[in-house]
Amino acid sequence: MLYSDKVMDHFEHPRNVGEIENADGVGQVGNPKCGDIMKMYLKIDGDVITDVKFKTFGCGSAIATSSMATEMIKGKTIGEAMNLTNAAVAEALDGLPAYKMHCSVLAEEAIKAALADYYQKKGEPVPDSLRLPCEEGEHCCASCG
Amino acid sequence: MPEKFIYVDHAATTAVTNTALTAMLPHFTQAYGNPSSLYRFAQEGKTHLEQARAQVAACLNAKPEEIYFTSGGTEADNWALRGVAELMALKGKKTGHIITSAIEHHAVLHTAQYLEKQGYEVTYLPVDGDGLVDPAAVEAAIRPDTILISIMAANNEIGTVEPIAEIGAIAKAHKVLFHTDAVQAVGHIPVDVEAWNVDLLSLSGHKFGGPKGIGALYMKKPLRLPALIQGGGQEKGRRSGTENVPGAVGMAAALKEAVDKLPQEAARLSALRDKLMAGLTALPYARSTGHPDKRLPGTASFVFEGVEGEALLLHLDAKGICASSGSACSSASLDPSHVLLAIGLPHAIAHGSLRLSLGPDNTEEEVDYILKEVPAVVAYLREMSPVWDQETQKPTWEL
Repeated sequence: MLYSDKVMDHFEHPRNVGEIENADGVGQVGNPKCGDIMKMYLKIDGDVITDVKFKTFGCGSAIATSSMATEMIKGKTIGEAMNLTNAAVAEALDGLPAYKMHCSVLAEEAIKAALADYYQKKGEPVPDSLRLPCEEGEHCCASCG
Repeated sequence: MPEKFIYVDHAATTAVTNTALTAMLPHFTQAYGNPSSLYRFAQEGKTHLEQARAQVAACLNAKPEEIYFTSGGTEADNWALRGVAELMALKGKKTGHIITSAIEHHAVLHTAQYLEKQGYEVTYLPVDGDGLVDPAAVEAAIRPDTILISIMAANNEIGTVEPIAEIGAIAKAHKVLFHTDAVQAVGHIPVDVEAWNVDLLSLSGHKFGGPKGIGALYMKKPLRLPALIQGGGQEKGRRSGTENVPGAVGMAAALKEAVDKLPQEAARLSALRDKLMAGLTALPYARSTGHPDKRLPGTASFVFEGVEGEALLLHLDAKGICASSGSACSSASLDPSHVLLAIGLPHAIAHGSLRLSLGPDNTEEEVDYILKEVPAVVAYLREMSPVWDQETQKPTWEL
């Protein structure tokens, strides 16, 4: 099998699928050309992420990493979510094939984009650590060039 | 494993038929002699090898001495392209021009690219939206230094059957060698090397019920390509390596069986294929790929907007359905299939492809199950897709 049991579990039974109405932060990354788009919705109370939902267009690992990433930040502080790395998401899934690692990058970036949106909505400056490598506008997933 | 097991990936490979297996078995443990040996014991293998050659030839309307056994379709394709280049080089033409299409199998495409690096020029002809090569475009591409035309008989991903006889007539009129990769066609549609006017034709045993590891290259007399594989001089010095007698015998038995049953089986599979195509193209933003009727009897192929092919395949696997996709994510490459891009699909839509290729074991009951499960998986994935609007049942992207 291409994927670990954990990836398959999160792919077949994804957690936190859906949308949040009046979300405090929404972020979308990816590009239809690359075949992967992730959209993350955050509900934030004070400093805590009280709810998170996602929608993903993409392959098995894209759906599984979205699901795992939402589990890893739910109930956590903004600071903790900001520090979530793609390597940590991939590790929590017991690894991904090398050419699927860009999917875990997308999950990290979707969270960062949603947090950046949260700061923008509040009219506060966006912390530098939330800036995406590909800058604003339509995001390009790193591996798709 | 789920209870159901529905195999609809016969274009990838298919089971060895009982007829083929029965024919092969004695050659593993009893008549195992090396056909090149002198003693009588080995001659039985030699006799069966030559019978297999004659059987394969008969199925293609070729002569036995025009059939060379290879390790499969990929070797036959490599040999055809590289062999013609080498033959021309031996005649003093050190470079030249090759015409092929944008939708060939990688066995042809990558060999053509390899020859480009050696200094050959290659024209990759575009195809229309149905995947058809235009014979007039082939003719227009011919140059004084064109050494070979190589156009596949039928496409492996979208099932389109190419106008090989028309292209063959053009190649003959211009005295240019013509190769066709008929790996998907042989055993599935009528193949006649004389009517098609082909000089070279590749086929592969495991696509029609023969074993893996055996194929053949047809070479029209008196054309004789230099050897690709050097060694002990088997196959009249043109393809060395101890002959794969069980493979050749199994392939020949499977091919004869497939050709004998072809009219009935093609009609049966076409009806099932058409049912799949009608059922799945009824979904919103779903369409079939390839030509509507100039297509392989068993191959149905689709794109579903707003879903990704690998995710679709994994869910179908969980329901016991084995299928394939030209999506990037179903392979190590990040680009969707070159075939789907060549028929003009945008990347985003090409990512959502599905190929269902039917074979001898598939039944109408299985098709009905597929027609129930595929729409359910597509709907489920669309529901979680950020590029699909559930209310209007439309993709939100503008491509």
